[in-house]
Amino acid sequence: MEITSPTFKQNSGAALADAQLQKALGNVRGGFIDKRRKAIDALPEFDRLRDNARDIKNHTLDNLDLYLQAYEAKVVEAGGQVHWAETAEQARSIMLDICRAANARTVTKGKSMITEEIDLNDFLERNGIRPVETDLGEYIIQLRHEHPSHIIAPAVHLNKEQVEADFRRAHTHLPASRDLTEPESLLDEARGVMREEYFAADVGITGANFLVAETGTSIIVTNEGNGDLTQILPRVHVVLASIEKIVPTLEDAAQILRVLARSATGQDMSVYTTLSTGPRRSGDPDGPEQYHVILLDNGRSAMLGTEFQEMLRCIRCGACMNHCPVYHAVGGHAYGWVYPGPMGAVLTPSLIGVDKSGHLPNASTFCGRCESVCPMRIPLPKMMRHWREREFERGLNPATQRYGLKLWAWFARRPVLYRLATSIAMPMLGLLGRGKGRFGYLPLAGGWTKYREMPAPQGRTFMQQMRGRKAVAKGLA
Amino acid sequence: MSARDTIFNKVRGALKPQADQAARAALVAERLTNAPKGVIPARGQLLDGERVTLFCTMAERLSASVERVANYDAVPAVAAAYLRERNLPASLRMGSDSRLAAMPWDQQRALQIRKGASDGSDEVGLSHASAAIAETGTLVMVSGTDNPTTINFLPEHHIVVVDAADIDGDLEAVLTKIRTRYGKGKMPRTLNLISGPSRSGDVEQKIILGAHGPRALHIIVVGA
Repeated sequence: MEITSPTFKQNSGAALADAQLQKALGNVRGGFIDKRRKAIDALPEFDRLRDNARDIKNHTLDNLDLYLQAYEAKVVEAGGQVHWAETAEQARSIMLDICRAANARTVTKGKSMITEEIDLNDFLERNGIRPVETDLGEYIIQLRHEHPSHIIAPAVHLNKEQVEADFRRAHTHLPASRDLTEPESLLDEARGVMREEYFAADVGITGANFLVAETGTSIIVTNEGNGDLTQILPRVHVVLASIEKIVPTLEDAAQILRVLARSATGQDMSVYTTLSTGPRRSGDPDGPEQYHVILLDNGRSAMLGTEFQEMLRCIRCGACMNHCPVYHAVGGHAYGWVYPGPMGAVLTPSLIGVDKSGHLPNASTFCGRCESVCPMRIPLPKMMRHWREREFERGLNPATQRYGLKLWAWFARRPVLYRLATSIAMPMLGLLGRGKGRFGYLPLAGGWTKYREMPAPQGRTFMQQMRGRKAVAKGLA
Repeated sequence: MSARDTIFNKVRGALKPQADQAARAALVAERLTNAPKGVIPARGQLLDGERVTLFCTMAERLSASVERVANYDAVPAVAAAYLRERNLPASLRMGSDSRLAAMPWDQQRALQIRKGASDGSDEVGLSHASAAIAETGTLVMVSGTDNPTTINFLPEHHIVVVDAADIDGDLEAVLTKIRTRYGKGKMPRTLNLISGPSRSGDVEQKIILGAHGPRALHIIVVGA
């Protein structure tokens, strides 16, 4: 997909002016936060589970080579095949080989962000294979030739009227007089259309929420049941997953499952948690004849051992974006690549380079809500700060910003001068602004005053006030 | 160098220099062997009868319907009544599970029983759960001829029979049983954990039941 992260500012401007999008984003602000809160309040052990989930993933990442080896051996033992892909290109080519060997014309797909990351759909189409997204949200955006705007609610940027128009355009075999005004009728129609696709598909592709080293099992979590029909009906099931999805044991997966659905949708468990191990066994009346796993690196190993390693704990629940004021305001597409919101602001620079995505770690007020809700306790703001530092070190941000920062740093390292300058500037500004109590324009602060007024300082500087308070406190003591 | 070798080299190179590789390997082997349990929520840790009640409550909260019967002989009449009350065709799809087969289906003369995997044409499927989890109202289904996986997903209505004695408090207890039954490090081909009927919230975040899987999930709990 085309990367538009470099134009994040323009993307955001367009998003803020898009009335349809703003209406749809209201659904994020409303639903997700309350549902998560309720589910967590009903589980007193939630924070202990978070700690344990974090520790499990840390232990796994510190021993990733050993767990990957163990996992691979178990998949093979269960009759599956493991393929390794260092890059997106390698993963696509392995996928194409598997599809061609199966003489595939149609492939069904369960929801998978990794297939978005490697641009699989476009690639398959160019090679004469028809990919069909089966998750309702993914299907809708596939019809619109769009990409997901949220990692668990891909069509959250749309309203039902838009979906109705897409269905009328795409499903011309159905009577034009049908009623599609309610979400129920839209879901029914998608269900009917999709039933035929499941049976027509030669290959089913899913992602994985977890890969279990103990047993060679892949786990997917869905609510619609589409992922299951995708993997049990075609002759070939391919799991595409990145290497950090590994967990040691089934018990470890059980721990993280308890924080995953609660953080994502506010459910105790998603409707379907499916553990798959190898292909159809002798005597099985259903299930795929072949079971393949493509293990993709695509930049993960380069994050290991760096200040971004903790990002590899991410389980893609979406809680960080559900609670992010920036995401609430501009939606997911403005971020310009696959992963939006706070997790995207940290992961995207790792995967496509900070030169292209430097705006993302800057698009944060550092309010800290993302970190406070992250089930894996990933210090997202800290890592965004690391990206800002790297951006600065490499001279990637604009000259005005760099000189401004340098000027401020010069003063900040000279406290006497700093206090002197502010003790002169603040009363002057206070005097100038005493009429209205605020400024509509200030020289050198046009970026601020263009969108909002600057309050005029009142009274003394922060440092002076602190000194005053300390003196009072001493006097009282 | 193969992609596999490159990835392993990068991973090993990136990990902090480990003083003792043998100790690291031992730690990993120990975790894989012992599979330590983590934090088990108190919610499901109940006495037998209370645990069954909690399972029923949690399943109903997930929009499943739950019915309790005293013994297996009562199941066919209850299943037939479910079909009648909803004006569904008198036909059921089921696998070769011996517990299901032993039920007195001949008493339901009008009911047609279709055996084997579902081909998508069945309105109603019947399965026997391997276990259930009280903590979350979850059914545990295992693939195979006894209860083909397709029956869990293709029919519009899914009726699931579960023995009250198979209802555990938590997922970890189920995993322990699976390990005993299939062997350490082995799993059935597919293990489905099912928590309510299928649903989607993809249009304007409004939750609607009946996405690609069953629209309705009816659970028959046998025994006390």
